[in-house]
Amino acid sequence: MLIKKAARIASSEITDEKHWKQRRQFLKSFALVAGGVLSPSILLADEAEKLPAAMPHIKHTDYGKGLKTTAYKDIRAYNNFYEFGTRKEDPARYAQDFITRPWTIKVSGECEAAGEIGMEDILSQITQQERIYRFRCVEGWAMVVHWNGFSLSELLKRFKPTSKAKYVAFETLYDPKQMPGQKRRVLDWPYREGLRIDEAMHPLTMMVTGIYGRLLPNQNGAPLRLIIPWKYGFKSIKSIVSIQFTETQPVATWNQQVAKEYGFYANVNPQVDHPRWSQAYHRNIGEGIFSRKQKTEMFNGYADEVAHLYSGMDLKKYF
Amino acid sequence: MHIKKPQFSAEKLRRFLLKPVLFLLASSPAGWLLYDALNGQLSANPIEDLTYRSGDWALRFLLITLALSPLKNATGWTFLIRYRRMLGLFAFFYVLLHFLIWLALDHYWEFSEISEDIVKRPYITVGFSAFIMLLALALTSTRKAMRKLGRNWKKLHQLIYPAAVLAVLHYLWLVKADILQPLIYAGVLVFLLLARRIKETQK
Repeated sequence: MLIKKAARIASSEITDEKHWKQRRQFLKSFALVAGGVLSPSILLADEAEKLPAAMPHIKHTDYGKGLKTTAYKDIRAYNNFYEFGTRKEDPARYAQDFITRPWTIKVSGECEAAGEIGMEDILSQITQQERIYRFRCVEGWAMVVHWNGFSLSELLKRFKPTSKAKYVAFETLYDPKQMPGQKRRVLDWPYREGLRIDEAMHPLTMMVTGIYGRLLPNQNGAPLRLIIPWKYGFKSIKSIVSIQFTETQPVATWNQQVAKEYGFYANVNPQVDHPRWSQAYHRNIGEGIFSRKQKTEMFNGYADEVAHLYSGMDLKKYF
Repeated sequence: MHIKKPQFSAEKLRRFLLKPVLFLLASSPAGWLLYDALNGQLSANPIEDLTYRSGDWALRFLLITLALSPLKNATGWTFLIRYRRMLGLFAFFYVLLHFLIWLALDHYWEFSEISEDIVKRPYITVGFSAFIMLLALALTSTRKAMRKLGRNWKKLHQLIYPAAVLAVLHYLWLVKADILQPLIYAGVLVFLLLARRIKETQK
């Protein structure tokens, strides 16, 4: 029998970690810039994706019972998360090494018990549920997702907001070393979003920690994100590090960037078109090449639960 | 007896080899799209994927076609002009593909929706205008049309410039925030138009 000896490698030939990491980073940023012009799929083979850990003790609920859900793989492969690049496949590709532990959320502003809360405490102290919600992107595509998490109000109440707390402001992590998309000023980083306090306290508004019974994949906004099912997806801010109760309406990134295209409210509304495309229809992701568009419903089908929040408001003006 | 040796000149090689090679190269993106479509390798939003990719190739071939004559001027390779019609027709082929995907897969031949889009959405208005211009060029690309139109043929085919400008504008107006890609195309287009201009003023 022939046993091959392992080739001797001089220690000088071994690339130290710092360098290959830099090299990888260089390749990644190169691919990011080269973008569609060079189709980076030929430059970089997709790295095998590790699935996040399964979540123990999930309480099932009846939310969205009977809805046909989008495949787990499609949810992980196709989404917007500009912190990792502006193309739909970028988050899945560039978020794999994103570090989400330890993670703390700072809660401040108009409340009696300002402070911080760690991710592990959120997972161990608050009962994690499963809810199925429709998700509608402002771009005209939609998904149906098994979200895991809890009503945002459960978290907010712990910090005892005062009567001055009229709004809640949220902020995403700013860390260009880990989030390569932040190296280019495509948006005014960090990403910020906001809700009126009654929207934030509404039981449908969800703080999400996982999908399909597993912790949230990095590309979908790990370790925790909002989901407001009756609003366009960009309101549902990802990888949150700060929550602040405010008296005045906070800045919201897309609204700040192009106010006439993205309103502060951003409620799903088939009667108010985006200036550049119709919002009357959407396409469900994962239905293949011959799928037809579906009619979009007012408040994404959640009108019974949320329409009262906006009674008397001109939704064409406050879009 | 004097035997004539066959001449394998660079000129002959070009004539017999370059055209088929270019043809194959120019068709390969379409083959690649078809392969991905048949093997389920498009994105989770396959219609959007097909639309974007065919649109990208349409723009690239428009720019390649526009690059031939500045390239000829810079290098003296006059033979390049012989492939201009073929590459221009490839540009139109990808534009047509892009248009048909939009018509059939995205809108399912709903003409009321389609006409509303063309009228109401500026990025579609300019894209559609570019398509109509290029359609006119493709239809008059034959020798027969050239003879028939005489001097007007050249005038008509100047439409490639506004068509290319509108095509880039179409892209620029549809993106949400990241305008890097359309700006790269715009930069290349401006460069090519300037290169042409410089040659003209030198004359």
